[in-house]
Amino acid sequence: MLDWMILGDVLRTSLRLMVPIAFAALGGVICERSGVYNVGIEGMMLSGAFGAALGTFLTGSPVAGVMVGILLGAFGGAILAVLSIRLNVNQIVAGIAINLVALGLTAFLARLIFGLDATTKTLAGFTAWAIPGLSAIPFVGPIFFNQDPLVYVLYLLVPFLHWLLYRSAFGLEIRATGENPGAADSAGVPVYRVRFLCTVISGGLAGLGGAYIVVSQVFVFTEHMSAGKGFIALAAIILGRWDPVGTLLASWFFGFCDALQLNLQFANPSVPYQIFTALPYVASILALVGLYGRVKPPAATGLPYRRESKT
Amino acid sequence: MVRVVQFLFVTKTIWAVVLALLVGSILMLSAGANPLYAYASLFGGAFFDYYGFGATLVKFSPILLAGLAVAIPLRGGLFNVGAEGQIYMGALFCAVAALYLPEFYWPLHLLVCALAGALGGAFWAAIAGYLKAYRGINEVIVTLLLNYVGINIVSYAAGGPMMEEGAPYPYSPEIPSSLFLPHIMLPTDAHAGALVGVLLAVILAFVLKYTTFGFALTTVGSNPQAAKYAGIHVQRQMVVTMALGGALAGLGGAFEILGVKYRLFHMFSPGYGFDGIVVAFMAGANPILVPIAALFFSGLRSGAQFMQRASGVDSTVIDAIQGLVVIFVAASLAIRFGESRWGKLLAQRRALDDQLTPVEKKNA
Repeated sequence: MLDWMILGDVLRTSLRLMVPIAFAALGGVICERSGVYNVGIEGMMLSGAFGAALGTFLTGSPVAGVMVGILLGAFGGAILAVLSIRLNVNQIVAGIAINLVALGLTAFLARLIFGLDATTKTLAGFTAWAIPGLSAIPFVGPIFFNQDPLVYVLYLLVPFLHWLLYRSAFGLEIRATGENPGAADSAGVPVYRVRFLCTVISGGLAGLGGAYIVVSQVFVFTEHMSAGKGFIALAAIILGRWDPVGTLLASWFFGFCDALQLNLQFANPSVPYQIFTALPYVASILALVGLYGRVKPPAATGLPYRRESKT
Repeated sequence: MVRVVQFLFVTKTIWAVVLALLVGSILMLSAGANPLYAYASLFGGAFFDYYGFGATLVKFSPILLAGLAVAIPLRGGLFNVGAEGQIYMGALFCAVAALYLPEFYWPLHLLVCALAGALGGAFWAAIAGYLKAYRGINEVIVTLLLNYVGINIVSYAAGGPMMEEGAPYPYSPEIPSSLFLPHIMLPTDAHAGALVGVLLAVILAFVLKYTTFGFALTTVGSNPQAAKYAGIHVQRQMVVTMALGGALAGLGGAFEILGVKYRLFHMFSPGYGFDGIVVAFMAGANPILVPIAALFFSGLRSGAQFMQRASGVDSTVIDAIQGLVVIFVAASLAIRFGESRWGKLLAQRRALDDQLTPVEKKNA
């Protein structure tokens, strides 16, 4: 049914659709590994998308746009960090609040700054950039090595995060903080600072993911354009077992489902496309149920840490 | 003086809301509008205009029920982030009961439809409750994921097997008119669901406080170990608590079909389930306070249109204000009186008193 042409096409699309989810999810891995649930990823992505549109709109350069996007995402992360780490607000509630604020504020500011015709002005963006040599490999080349620059950033980010989490001293501190903050604290790990930093990093990466949607996919800012991708990223973290490589693969699976769903809507309307929109979520739940014992969040994720509390 | 400070602390939720509205007024100023006029048109439209209040009540019903759907599990130590999905499943079950059951005596049929909605929501939430109780899987994650599964199932049903022939976009045929919920403020769309919601809030507050079921529910929430020694079946209670929450959200979804939409639309809820989380949180998970918080939020939502028309401020600012309300309320709840500067000062004073009194105690 699917011949090679279509498969290649779907794979290439799946990679493009995966990128925003993957950036956000990888940031989420760092954050949850340090013990903070980042339900605000959705809002941070949206802020990133808005920042990218704003930066590109003002400077005309998508690179500057991406920078502003990362900055605004990280700002969202910092708010979550202040609320959940310093003020001990429930992390889920703080995340949902950030989603709400981001949703309203970006829509409001977009109309204020870009005007009512916000969706009609096309912004500058990245175009595909073939890597000489590698892109010439038949079938694989055009899929993986004829993408825009941010995709290559993603390729480099995954091994870096793997190294950071499992090979560096800071990674050890992150994992210790997420598994047993009390023990980490008594070993001299600055628990609050590690969590704060990880949450800000997570916000920045979510912002990058959101920026990608603007500068590489649609080239405009529209209200609520993150459209639930942040929640898919949360699912990708679970399916990826809180591991950078696993999370990348999970994001790719979700991107593949999305690409398949888009392809089906056009090519074969008789197959209900909703199966594929719902598949990522069902797969994540099944992964939690079926792989229970092997799939377990870091022990202290979601729990606020207080130095003098007994638990 | 101390009284005043203490009073400020007790009412801190209200101050947080005021603060959020103040920050919102900065946004309005930046848009070149007069915030006083904007807020006057917002609250005037939402609460002091007959039609406007009707529109507020239309939103009040689902937001209130979603709020209860989050608040009740919260009392039982469970975080239900899935009210949105439960609303959708409730609407689906209700629509099926309304469209495919043969018509019979209408009050009974209406009841069956509402109960079907509650069942749908309860079923959806019970999945998460079961996985939490018997498999130890985080209910926050599961309910969050189930939201999207539920939304997609309804999207499939409304666009596939249940879709009306020749409909321009996914919606089901209209339900029989005998099943329309009675209106309470003609000619507005306000329906009896709002009253049922308030009634349920009062009943639930009573149940939590005075019944063994309520005792079991809250004890599992506050101290599962003690609950176990008290002979409460903790795991079963968790599933039941979650299902009760889901049933309330499902009922909210059913009322949307029976009271407002009369059809099953795809994507019909503008995030009522997420509003529910906010509302439950603001009310401190107290069922009696949930209707008040829900009324405030539904007023913000419906008043936004009045504000936009009257003052030209874009209604999206309300979304931002809603988020700010949550952030400020959350931050204010985190500040405990005893740990604040004032609390510490008072504690010092008490300690000083204690230093002075032992002399008298010894003498006594």
